[in-house]
Amino acid sequence: MYALIWRAIPGPGWFKFLVCLVLVFGAVAVCFTEFFPWLSDYMPFNETTVGA
Amino acid sequence: MTHAQAGHNVPLSQEVFPIAYQRGPSGMGPRNARRPSRGSAAPMRPVAWLIGVLGELLVTAGLVLGLFVVWQLWWTDVEGARAQSEIIAEMDWESAPQAQAPAAATENHGPPPVMEEPLEAGGLFAQMYVPRFGDDYIKPVAEGTDKATVLDTIGIGHYVDTAMPGALGNFALAAHRTTYGKPFNQIAELKDGDALVVRTKDTWYVYKVTESKIVYPQNVEVIAPVPGVTSDQPMPEPTKRFITLTSCHPMFSATERYIVHGELEYWSPVGEGKPKELMG
Repeated sequence: MYALIWRAIPGPGWFKFLVCLVLVFGAVAVCFTEFFPWLSDYMPFNETTVGA
Repeated sequence: MTHAQAGHNVPLSQEVFPIAYQRGPSGMGPRNARRPSRGSAAPMRPVAWLIGVLGELLVTAGLVLGLFVVWQLWWTDVEGARAQSEIIAEMDWESAPQAQAPAAATENHGPPPVMEEPLEAGGLFAQMYVPRFGDDYIKPVAEGTDKATVLDTIGIGHYVDTAMPGALGNFALAAHRTTYGKPFNQIAELKDGDALVVRTKDTWYVYKVTESKIVYPQNVEVIAPVPGVTSDQPMPEPTKRFITLTSCHPMFSATERYIVHGELEYWSPVGEGKPKELMG
């Protein structure tokens, strides 16, 4: 899977590495801003209120 | 002769699977050469590929889970603390000239002015000072206890339909004890007699802690107008002005709730300076 991505990126090795860094940063950013906030609503450990 | 050299002489099927071919017994006889293409080696390739992809997916899932922990325990705190201090700065109550008066405010023990409960959820109406949590502790208080719009983003939430600051009844608040700026992180350090100072735009309300306890989440009587009176009992008319803080307990868990009760000691208009509890 990761080998496929590596092969799909054109250019020399250093360029591939840079593109990978950008891809990793993008994936982390999507996780932090979209995925994790959504996921945290289903996590049980953030409840601070009594009742409903 | 090596296997690589032997590869030039064998049928096409073995060139397609050169690795499997190299693993085979040495020699280039037709019997040996044919074995990989017919036997276990040929179907092994897709299986090995599948296992490889599965492994990569599992490694990825592990990294994402680890990243989630980093986000939850660290990043929500970074964002929350920044957002909360920005909100305090935007409210800009400190810069009012009368708030700079050097003298300690007079202590009024009569009925205090009580503001109306904000109609819209998320409406900011107060700031909270807790000297026990540090001299620079100021957190915004907003209407409602919705997690996404108040507790995660603003800080301290006011239970809808409970009393407002200074009113007879129970001014009930909730906030995170861990993560999201954790306004009530040190709630367990509060001792009886500690000051809980609430400021609305025009009035200081100084409450003193009277009780700390741990209850279950379903024990809603802690935020009743008279704390401790359960719903199956007749609610007496409240004669005291309570404050109640709720947060999670134990930390990083939702099993129980940490509860702190307090009672109003005095109030003073903002124009006369700060309460003495905040002067130290």
